[in-house]
Order: sequence, then structure tokens, then C-alpha cells
Amino acid sequence: MVGRAHAGTARDGATVSRFACVFLAVVGLCAGCTRTSGQSVTLLGSTSIQPFAEMLAERYAKEFPGRLVEVQGGGSTAGLQAAERGLANIGMCSRSLTPKEALVFTPILIARDGLALVVNRNNPVADLSIGQLRDLFAGHVTNWKELGGQDGPIRPITREEGSGTRESFVRLVMGKERISGRALTQESNGAVKELVKGDPAAIGYMSLGLVSQELKAMAIEDIQPTVENVLAARYHLVRPLLFVTKGSVTPAARMFIDFVLSPEGQAVLATEGLVGLR
Amino acid sequence: MKRDGVIRALLLGVALSAIFGLALITVFIFREGVPIILHVGVRKFFLSTDWDPSLGRFGILSMVVGSLMVTVGAAAIGVVFSLALAIVLTQFSPPGLSAALKPVIELLAGIPSVVYGFVGVVTLVPLIRHWLGGPGLSVLAASIVLGVMILPTITSIAIDALEAVPRSYLEGSIALGATRWQTVTMVLLRAARSGLIAAVILGMGRAIGETMAVIMVAGNALDVPHSLLAPVRTLTSNIALEMGYASGDHRKALFATGVTLFAIITLLNTAALAVSRRRVGKRRAP
Repeated sequence: MVGRAHAGTARDGATVSRFACVFLAVVGLCAGCTRTSGQSVTLLGSTSIQPFAEMLAERYAKEFPGRLVEVQGGGSTAGLQAAERGLANIGMCSRSLTPKEALVFTPILIARDGLALVVNRNNPVADLSIGQLRDLFAGHVTNWKELGGQDGPIRPITREEGSGTRESFVRLVMGKERISGRALTQESNGAVKELVKGDPAAIGYMSLGLVSQELKAMAIEDIQPTVENVLAARYHLVRPLLFVTKGSVTPAARMFIDFVLSPEGQAVLATEGLVGLR
Repeated sequence: MKRDGVIRALLLGVALSAIFGLALITVFIFREGVPIILHVGVRKFFLSTDWDPSLGRFGILSMVVGSLMVTVGAAAIGVVFSLALAIVLTQFSPPGLSAALKPVIELLAGIPSVVYGFVGVVTLVPLIRHWLGGPGLSVLAASIVLGVMILPTITSIAIDALEAVPRSYLEGSIALGATRWQTVTMVLLRAARSGLIAAVILGMGRAIGETMAVIMVAGNALDVPHSLLAPVRTLTSNIALEMGYASGDHRKALFATGVTLFAIITLLNTAALAVSRRRVGKRRAP
């Protein structure tokens, strides 16, 4: 009995040291991956820019094999924080920088994006003014009948505190008004889309480039949210999509930025529904 | 023998480091969270429903209410099914069936919460919206999803509690002429009562701490829910929704939200411990 127990501990000792090796190896790996290496480029931030950045990264990798671009979400503010701490080479931000942020970061305008107000396809209301929109999201207007629709409650859907889309919406539409506490809060464009798709009473806002056939995008002040109208500066709700960097940029990151700003990169954005810089 | 000592020290070190880690987390959360509670004012922080970080307003009452509503709802749903399941598995089902069902129930605990949330959003939420009205994302949806999620926790602890009741109690009851059902309701459930209460409380602890699934099905609106069909934001979802972005006072207020959650969960676990200890001390013959 004693002998067996002893053998057991000896074996356990070996296992422990093997575990220790694995543990150290894992720690070493993690330490390696948090630091951004010279070759690959990491982008982090706005979930509105993320899908487009992924497409750009894909095209870039096809064009220049061996150059790696990694894209992660997290939100605009998270993107700024990541750029500040060096966790990402480039932060993605889907709103204009605050004056304080503008002192720290270098913004690079990669495209402009319309902010679309989306409702269920069965909703007859097709046009809202910015004033109506403000009243609606502030909770002053609560029935679709008041806006020319069918009798029934309005269910506004907003995004979480810190989302670039939300901050753009507040700046462009809400002004001094606050978004109602009754508004449903979803944490991604996808979740907003899913909800509006299934709920005839819902209204949400999202990047124009992400609006699909399953949703109906409203005209604002009688102007349809189309790429042409954004480009001609007729549509009212337009925000900048930014890459932000802090301090010196690695050569690999610089090359990716140049690619995005090139006619080729801009063409990718244009085909996906964003409005390029021309 | 010398090697034994080394191993013992090593294992002790590992065990202590776990406790040390816990202590560190506790100290950190409290150091970040408590000052902002005092700064905002205890009353204003806990009794105001006005949460608007961009304006420096930090009132978490609606989220405390939301968390409690969802947790009580989950417990109500979880208790009915878990107790029924535990009673059937320990008393009425053939041993073969119990042996097959138990691992299946434990498997439920292994499903990632995002899967529960997704199933809730895709199936449950449209059903509630269609048949009961409201946005679908609601206290009710969150309660149902959480009720299913805490099923394995409550069931397995309840099974342990029921199996701990001495066989002689049941045999005595049957010998006195009680039916099987009378024995269960009048003897078994009473004898195991404190263990069952502990099971429920631990289940509630799990429910109030769950985050991902709740964010997906609860709607996360900031107002105090006025009905079971209204959307709700819980303490955990508030932290998870806003943590990625928060800085300064906002970030500290989220830590303070965590402090509140910490206090509630500690209270629940202490209650569970106290109740289950009492069982050992004061077991009376029925």
C-alpha cells in the first residue's frame, strides 16, 4: 500500500513538472501574441467598420501574399484604447474624435458612412424628420399612429454606451435630448438587425452599408439613404469612418493604410455600400 | 520522504495561490468600486434609477430590481422542474432510467451559455412577442432561459439531499400505512427540506451571475420593468455591455455594480451554507 502510494507520488512529480513546462510554454506564447509584431498588422475597434476591414484584409492578403492583417471588433472606444496602449496597430473608430482625443490620435478618414434608420419591412411609415426621430428615441412619441403608421407601440432599439454608432446617432439626431430608458439596448449591428427583422414595431439605427433586403431603411427629411445622396452631402445623417493611430506607425501598418486609401481599396468599400473618398 | 515534503509544499502553494487570487480580486473590485459609491452617495447610487454615464449619473436601482426579478423568476421555473425531476429520479423511476438520465442532466450544465441565449433569441423571444405581446426580449424570456440553465445545478444538489434521507424514515412511513405519495410529500420532502432550500439558493446564485444568455434575451432597457413582458437590464449585463468602453468614473461605477453583485451573491451563498449546516445539526425525526 505504502509502496504504491510512493510510486504514485513520484509519477505525480513527473506530471507536475510536465504541467509546469506546458504552463510556461503557454504563458510564453501569450506574452508573444499580445505584443504586436513587426510583420503582421492588427486592427481593433468599431463593429461597424469591422466587416469592411475584414473584406479589405482579405483582398490585401490576396494581393500581397504573406502580409497578415488581423481584424477584431470591440467597439470604437475600445479601438481607441487599443491604439493608445499599443495593443493594436490601428484602431477603428466610427465617429468623429472628441477634441481631447484629437490631441492624442492621428485620424485617417477611410470612408464616410450614412446612418440608416431601419424598420420592419411591414412597417408602412417610410419617412421621418429629424425632429420626429428625436421625439421618438427620447420617448415623447410612443405610437406609430402619431407618425402616420398603424396604431401600435413604437419600440426603439439603441446601441450600448460607448458604441461609435450610438455616439454618432446622439450627435446627429438627439442633440441635448437623452435616449429613453425604455429603449432596448443591443450590443451589435447584427443584434439590432435580427430584432428589427422580426418585430413590426421596432426601429433601430445602423450603418447604411450593413442594411440588407430584409430591412427597410427610412427616408430622413424626404431624402432616401442612398450612396449617391451621402456622396452628394444631401443625406443628413453621415459620419466619418476612421482608422486611428498613435505616434509612429509600423511600416506594415502604413502599407495597409495606403492600400485602403488607394483606388483599389476604396473600390472594395464602394462595392460594399460604403461611401468612398473619391 | 523528502520528495513527499516538496510535493506537499508545492500543492499547498497551489492551493494557497487560488485563495490568494480570490483575495486579490476581491480587494481590487472593492478598491475600484467603493470610492465611487461614496462619491456618488450611497443613497443616490442604490436608490436612483437614473443611469447615464455620459452625464455622470450612476443610479443602479433598476438593475438591482431587474437582477432580482429575473433571478426569482428563474428560481420559480427551475424549482418546479428540478424538484419534480429529483423526486422522480430518486423515488419513482427504475434504477436503469435514473442512471441514464442523470448524466444527461449533468450534460445540460456543460452547454455554453451563449448557446442557451441564441436558442432563446431564435425560438423563445418570437413566441413571446407573438402570443403575449411586448418586445419579446423580456423578464419572462430571461427567466425561462435561466430557469433551464440552473436546472442541472438545483437537480443534482436536490438529488443528493433526497438521497441523504435515511432509508428507515421511508420504510417507517410505509410501514405505518402511508402511500408512496404521502411518504414523499410528508416525510421525504420535509426531512430533506434544508438541503432542498440550499439547492434552490445555490441555483439562484448561478442565475444572478449569468451574463451572456441574459444580454441576448433580456432587452437591456434601462427602465425598471413594470411587467414580466417588459425588457430588463441586470447588473451583470450592465457590466458586460459597457465594460469594453468605460473609462474614468464610468469604469469605477461598473466596478461598483460588481461590488453590489458580489454582495448579493455572497449573501446568497452564506444563506445556502447556513441552511444546509442546520440540517446536520438539527435533524429531527418526522
